Amino acid sequence: MRLRVNGESRDVAAGTLAAALEELGYLGAHVATAVNGAFVPASARAAWPLREGDALEILAPMQGG
Amino acid sequence: MRVYDVELASRLWLGTSRYPSPAVLAEVVRGAGCDLVTVSLRRESAAQRAGQDFWALVGGLGVRVLPNTAGCHTVKEAVATAHMAREVFGTTWIKLEVIGEGELLQPEVFGLVEAARILGEDGFRVFPYTTADLGVAERLLDAGCRVLMPWGAPIGSGRGLVDPFALRALRARFPSVPMVVDAGLGLPSHAAAAMELGFDAVLANTAVALAADPARMAAAFADAVRAGHAAHAAGPMPPRDFAEPSTPVVGQAWRP
Repeated sequence: MRLRVNGESRDVAAGTLAAALEELGYLGAHVATAVNGAFVPASARAAWPLREGDALEILAPMQGG
Repeated sequence: MRVYDVELASRLWLGTSRYPSPAVLAEVVRGAGCDLVTVSLRRESAAQRAGQDFWALVGGLGVRVLPNTAGCHTVKEAVATAHMAREVFGTTWIKLEVIGEGELLQPEVFGLVEAARILGEDGFRVFPYTTADLGVAERLLDAGCRVLMPWGAPIGSGRGLVDPFALRALRARFPSVPMVVDAGLGLPSHAAAAMELGFDAVLANTAVALAADPARMAAAFADAVRAGHAAHAAGPMPPRDFAEPSTPVVGQAWRP
């Protein structure tokens, strides 16, 4: 299905957020996730179903002021 | 100083953005004796994984981190970002930014108060980046904030304290609330002025990071913060409108 991943359109076969992260190359990465603008905790990713058109945000620690 | 039941040794807080290199950032934080740095969250590229390197760097500094919600323009964005930061950084502390329009990056205070209330109820320790407005401060405290971070000037402008009157009034109105002047400081003298007004700490970033010699500038800021804090503790003299001789007048020669 087609998803928006960090603002870019991506085709993803995975049906859950956890599987999508792995498929997209984030396995083992220290990241936080949101789906359609709402935070999804790491503990909920495995059971979090993805639907066509969902917008994923995958964020990591970064410099800040 | 004490914030949310945590004792911090340094009154100079540093942002981690815009340094020439991670090595310079580490040198600056260690050299200045800083024990709190602000950090952020950004989109992570699966290929580059830049955030993973930064996470390792911050972990090695041995300082407390204060994640921000920089760039958020709505309550929803700020609340979601705060939750993501809590999970990634493992802290309930959040520097809450809800930004208004783009020119001045001025806090959008109505959204700020609402987001502060929501996050406070969710167990966050909120550090609101706010204007120096008394009414907004009152609302933020009502919403559960136990520290305030009024701006000195627009972020990254280096203009110093553009409204000392408002900052003085805010300090006087809430004498027991820990307050940190955040944003707009360009020179150590600006930091000293904030501390002389009685603020508990300052947060600097661009002024240090973009200096020709960031480590030396950070040391200068640390000196200025110590001097300003000591001056406030020493009780500054009140200003006067007219001259008053400092040398005794009694016994002066050639007077009747």
